[in-house]
Formats: sequence, structure tokens, C-alpha cells
Amino acid sequence: MKLAIVDYGAGNLPSVERAFVALGAETERAVSPEQLASAQAIVLPGVGHFSAFVNGLRQRNLTDALRAAFEAGVPILGICLGLQAMFASSEEAPGEPGLGFFQEKVTALPTNVKSPHIGWNQVRRVKESKLLRNIPEDAFFYFAHSYAAPASAQATVAACDHGVSFAAVIEQGRLAAVQFHPEKSGETGARVLRNFLESLA
Amino acid sequence: MTLARRIIPCLDVDAGRVVKGIEFEGLRDMGDPAELAARYNREGADELVVLDISASRQGRATFLDTIRRVAEQMSIPLTAGGGIRTMEEGRAVLLAGADKVTVNTAAVERPALLSELAQQFGSQAVVLSLDVKRKNGSWEAFVRGGKDATGLDAAEWAAEAVLRGAGEILLTSIDRDGTCLGFDCEVTAKIAATVPVPVIASGGASTFDDFLAVFTKGRADAALAASIFHTATRSIVELKKFLAKHGVPVRLSK
Repeated sequence: MKLAIVDYGAGNLPSVERAFVALGAETERAVSPEQLASAQAIVLPGVGHFSAFVNGLRQRNLTDALRAAFEAGVPILGICLGLQAMFASSEEAPGEPGLGFFQEKVTALPTNVKSPHIGWNQVRRVKESKLLRNIPEDAFFYFAHSYAAPASAQATVAACDHGVSFAAVIEQGRLAAVQFHPEKSGETGARVLRNFLESLA
Repeated sequence: MTLARRIIPCLDVDAGRVVKGIEFEGLRDMGDPAELAARYNREGADELVVLDISASRQGRATFLDTIRRVAEQMSIPLTAGGGIRTMEEGRAVLLAGADKVTVNTAAVERPALLSELAQQFGSQAVVLSLDVKRKNGSWEAFVRGGKDATGLDAAEWAAEAVLRGAGEILLTSIDRDGTCLGFDCEVTAKIAATVPVPVIASGGASTFDDFLAVFTKGRADAALAASIFHTATRSIVELKKFLAKHGVPVRLSK
């Protein structure tokens, strides 16, 4: 199976690609709606600003293609901003709609803690998780973000605390997403990506 | 659940080789950047910083290639910089495989560079490199590799840089750099209390106690050091076990 990694014109695509290739996966960079329409599995990586991200998707006509893939039940893995983009909107870009796979809103981390939340943190599991299978409870993951989806989101399977509880891992049907960067989280992160690949089999 | 304090080895690179400045001797070759990066990635470093300290234009030309070679070895975050002047140079560093870019001199000369980088790549990708020297009970920001005074108060400039989009501060004490006297905990605590973003302390690390002090007294979020790790006399894992024993949260698993 070939993974379509969405290329919206910026971001951490090469490191995500490299991490999957190291696990033996076959990848392609998806820049057109046609590629997404025929994809068997999609990875949506992202770093940077919410509006740059959703605009980048829209300019390449990828927004509707992603929604169609979601509705068709194609497995999708969102990473960092890719997780946030799956929600209805973000405080980072008011008035700029997200993909809307989930109805909650992404909000800024509170001001009583250091933001961006940068560094290695642990997560608390609230539901059984496919992505975290065989990963120790006390494992660390690398985070780098200033906004987050609420831990109360229905699809949250693991939460993280940084001034507020937020969604660290979400899973619902064939959708999965992580707020941390598995491609930058050492061996633990590689295990998350392998779990995603195994869930496709 | 705790955000771990980070241990960050730094590679000073000149013309494609990792070097170390030795008093009266100039630069000593410390090895190949990609090889050292692979070792740190394996040994439990939380992140890696690669700085271009090339004196010549020729040396600089190889820096992007160095970033590419280093990035290939990494499954942890990579920060790169040194002499970044423009948005285009910053973009090139990120596209070569760095997750974050550091800027210093160019940001002092044109602070809007920070906002431009943050707007395009996000604050989490923009690190202000802040080189400071103690002066009459306060600290002054320096540029051009610590050579030129700016007249800017370090804390005030750090606060402005964060408002403009810097997502992290890499704070180097010029007074301590290369001295083995330990981090300057006083200035680290001062900057850490001033800015709402993480502070990486640098300059002067020699012993495990220096790291403990900068995380406790200095309130640093991360600590950076170069030569003490390159020589491999003491490993990152040993350092982290020491810190954990003294109550500093660190990431011990890989």
C-alpha cells in the first residue's frame, strides 16, 4: 500500500516521509485532488500557521478531496497542525474554517504556562488506542505547538496537560491524529507510525 | 505527566566539519557533523543544534549540505542557524531539513524578520539567538558572534523578539562561554522570568552540577553544550540519570 503524504507547500514533509520510508513504507507526495481520490491511505502533516495551512490546501483544491476521502472511509493520519486542521476552526485564524471532521474548536494554550509548548511530554490514555499500542505508559513524545484541540473532544484517546488538558491523540473510525511529532519522537515516534501502518493492513 | 527539561548538544560547524575553539590554538577538528549527529540521536539527546561558524563565504556554501546530511540521521528535532540574514536563507535552512532556525544579528538589525519567519513557518520554528554580556548589574545583547555591542538591554530585546514571533530563546552568556565556570544562572533566570517562551541556556557548561543549577536556580527549559559531549567522556544518559536523581524531569527512554 502506498501512503499519500499531503504536500500543501510548506512544513515538515521530508522528515515525515523519511520516517515512513525507514519503516519500509512506500510514499508519494500528494499535490492534486486526483492523487487523493485514488489514495489508499493519507498522511496530513503540518507545521506553522493554521491559515497558511488551510489556504495551502484550498489553493491546491485539496480541501474537498480530503473531505471526500474522509467520507469514503480512507484512513487518514494527521500530524500536529494536521490534527488541528481536522477540527471546525482555530483561534489562530478566526473565520478560517478547518476541515470540520470534528466539531470542536482549536484554542490557544493558556498564558500561565510557556507557549509554544515545546519539548518532550507524556500523555494520559483515556481510551484504548491503536496508535499507542505497545508503547509504555510513561513514554515521551515531542510537541511543538501554541494551539490545541480540547481533551474533551469525543475522539480523544490520549490527553496531555500543559496549562490545560488537550487532545494528544485522537482516533475515530479510520481517522487518526497526533498533536506531537512522531517523526521527531525517536524510537517511540517510530512505533506510533508503525502502529498506523499496521492498522492499514 | 511532566514536560521534560531538554539536553541539547550543539555542533559548531566550519566548512562542513565540527570544530571547537581552543584558546591560542584556533579551531580544533572534532569530527564529521553527520556522524556526531547520529551518535547524539542514538544516545538520548532531546534535540540537536547545528551552528555555522564559518568565517569564509566558501565555508558557508557547504552549510545547507551539512544540514541535509545531519537531518538524514535524525529522529529528534534539529535547529540550525548562524549568519542567517534573510527570509530566503531561513527558508533554505528549514527546507534542508531543520525544524527550527536561529537568528541573531539580522533580527537585531531588522526585527520584522522574526515576524516574517513566524508568519510563514510558525513561532515554534523561530529561535532568537541572544548573546549577552554582563554590564553594570544588567545584561547587554551582542551580535556578530559576540563581537559587537548593540546597546540593547537583553531582557527588553528578548521580550520584543517574542512579541514579534520568536518561539524560543537560545541564550548564550558570552562571559561564560568556553570558561567551564558553569552556566550564568542569574541571566538565565532573568530572561526565563521575562519571556513566555522556553529558554535554552548556553555557555560555560562543564559539570553535571552546572546543568542541575541551570534547571533549578536558572529556571531553564533546556540546556545546551558542545564540547563536553563531543569528547564523550561523560554521556548524555549519565547526565540525565544524575538530573533525574535530583528531581529534574528528564526523558530517559528513547
